[in-house]
This record gives sequence, C-alpha cells and structure tokens, in this order.
Amino acid sequence: MGFKALGLDTCPAANAQEAKDALRRLTRESEDYAIIYIEEGLAQQLSAEIDKFKDSPTPAVILIPGREGSIGLGQSALKAAVERAVGTNILGD
Amino acid sequence: MANTTITPTRMVLNQLKGRLKTARRGHKLLKDKRDELMRQFIDVVKRNKQLRIRVEDGLTAAFGSLQVASAIMSPEMLEQALLYPRQSVELGLKYKNIMSVNVPLYSFTTKNNDPSEIYPYGFAQTSGELDDALDKLARVFEDMLELAQVEKTMQLLAEEIEKTRRRVNALEYVMIPGLEKNIKYITMKLEENENSTKVRLLKVKEMVLQDAHHYQM
Repeated sequence: MGFKALGLDTCPAANAQEAKDALRRLTRESEDYAIIYIEEGLAQQLSAEIDKFKDSPTPAVILIPGREGSIGLGQSALKAAVERAVGTNILGD
Repeated sequence: MANTTITPTRMVLNQLKGRLKTARRGHKLLKDKRDELMRQFIDVVKRNKQLRIRVEDGLTAAFGSLQVASAIMSPEMLEQALLYPRQSVELGLKYKNIMSVNVPLYSFTTKNNDPSEIYPYGFAQTSGELDDALDKLARVFEDMLELAQVEKTMQLLAEEIEKTRRRVNALEYVMIPGLEKNIKYITMKLEENENSTKVRLLKVKEMVLQDAHHYQM
C-alpha cells in the first residue's frame, strides 16, 4: 500500500488465484513492466509461474518480505541460483 | 563415440585432426569463459546477499511503521491519504553485456526531485507515523531497485554458467576423447595397411626373381 506513494503501480491480491491473474496481466501487457515485486507469502504459491521468468531478461520478478516479515524465500532463491551455477552450495550456510 | 562407421582413409584422418584442433581450442575458450563468468557471478552473489538483507530489514521496519500508522489513523483516512500518488517513477531499462550475457541495468527517474514530495497528502490530517513509514519506504526503495537488477543479473549469469559448464564438460569428456580414439583407430589401420602392402611387395619380388633367374633368396 505504501508503495503507491512512491509512484509504483500496485496490484492488490488477496489469494493465490488473484495474484496469478495479476502476474499474468502484468507480464502480458507488452512488457510494460521491467520489475515486479511480489510478496513472499504469495510467491510461495506461484513458484511455477515465477520460474518461467527466470531466464528472460524482462521482467525481473523479485520477492520481498510481506507484512509478516521475511520467511526466507528470497534468500533461498539466491541459494538456488548458486547451486544451479556451481553445482553445489558454496556460500556455506 | 564408439563410431564404427568411419572409413580409415587419410582424408578422414585430416578432417578428424582438424576437428580435434577446433574442439581443443573451443574447450579452452569455453573454460576461460566459464572461469570469468564464475568470478563475476561470485561478486554478484555477494552483492545480492548484502542487498537482500538490507532490503528485507528495511521493508520490515517500514511495514512496522505503517502498521503503527494504521493503528493510529482510521483505515479510511489512511486509504484516502495514499489514494493518489504525487510522485511517479520512470524506470529506464538498458542492457549491459557481461560475457555475452545481456543483463538489465535499471535507472529510475522520479518526476519530483524534492524528497519531501513523496508525501501525497497534507500534514494536517495524518499522523507523523505515516510520514515515518513513507520515509523508510522511500529510502529502502533505491536498494530494492538495485536488488532487482542484481538478482536478475544473478539469475541470468547462473543460467549462462550452467550452459557453459555443460558445454565444457561435453567437449572435455565426450567430444575430445572420441575424436582422439577415432584418430588413433585410423592411424593404426593405415599402418596396418602399409605393412601388408610392404609384405605383399616383398613376396611378389621374390616370386618374380625366382621366375627369371631361378634365384633363391
């Protein structure tokens, strides 16, 4: 909600289905959005949709912690990328 | 590559030797590319880790303030205060080439440069906590933008590294040994042919000489 004041477009989504529809809409509109921030809680249920954008330059789908605080999903995305590139986790945690 | 259909001729041998040379050079180049990508990747990962922690802390704090603000103000008031943004952000998108991987570079320009312009409401009817929350949010936003850039770069690099690694391994463990094996097979076959030709010639010479002069060699 606060992001709107910063000049970002916001799409409220109450559940996974709404979030999925919103994500599809945002990514379809002829690549108007380069970055999409999505709350971790919702992203958890949309991982299949989000993974689709992993290898394309736009849009960047970035997970941010929701109101309840971080659940570590963003960190695990980092770990997954490292594991993918190196074959093993070299970060040591 | 237990390729049994190769014909043991000099022409094929030359072809194979050429291919082996190319494969070796490609292997070396790809290996260098992989190492360089890996170096960049590690930098990006470190940066990403820092930013991720900073953004998550910042956002948690901002949301906390927002929570306090929403506790103090009525939900209608809060919604009204944030209903129409005064600030707008233009996101510029460029691409940077890291080892033939196109990674995005974001640049953002805000319509109003005055930092106090993030508050889309008058101060009379809103609480100070809301200002606080928006201030925190605005500060974390720059980090969020960089996080987006770094995270996307990381994902794209990870993909490229994976591809390159596969290619290096395919060359190192499949292509090059296979080519070497075939080359060895052809050289041995050619030597064998040469030997049998030599023996045949000796035999023929012996027979001819015996025929002509009744020599005994």
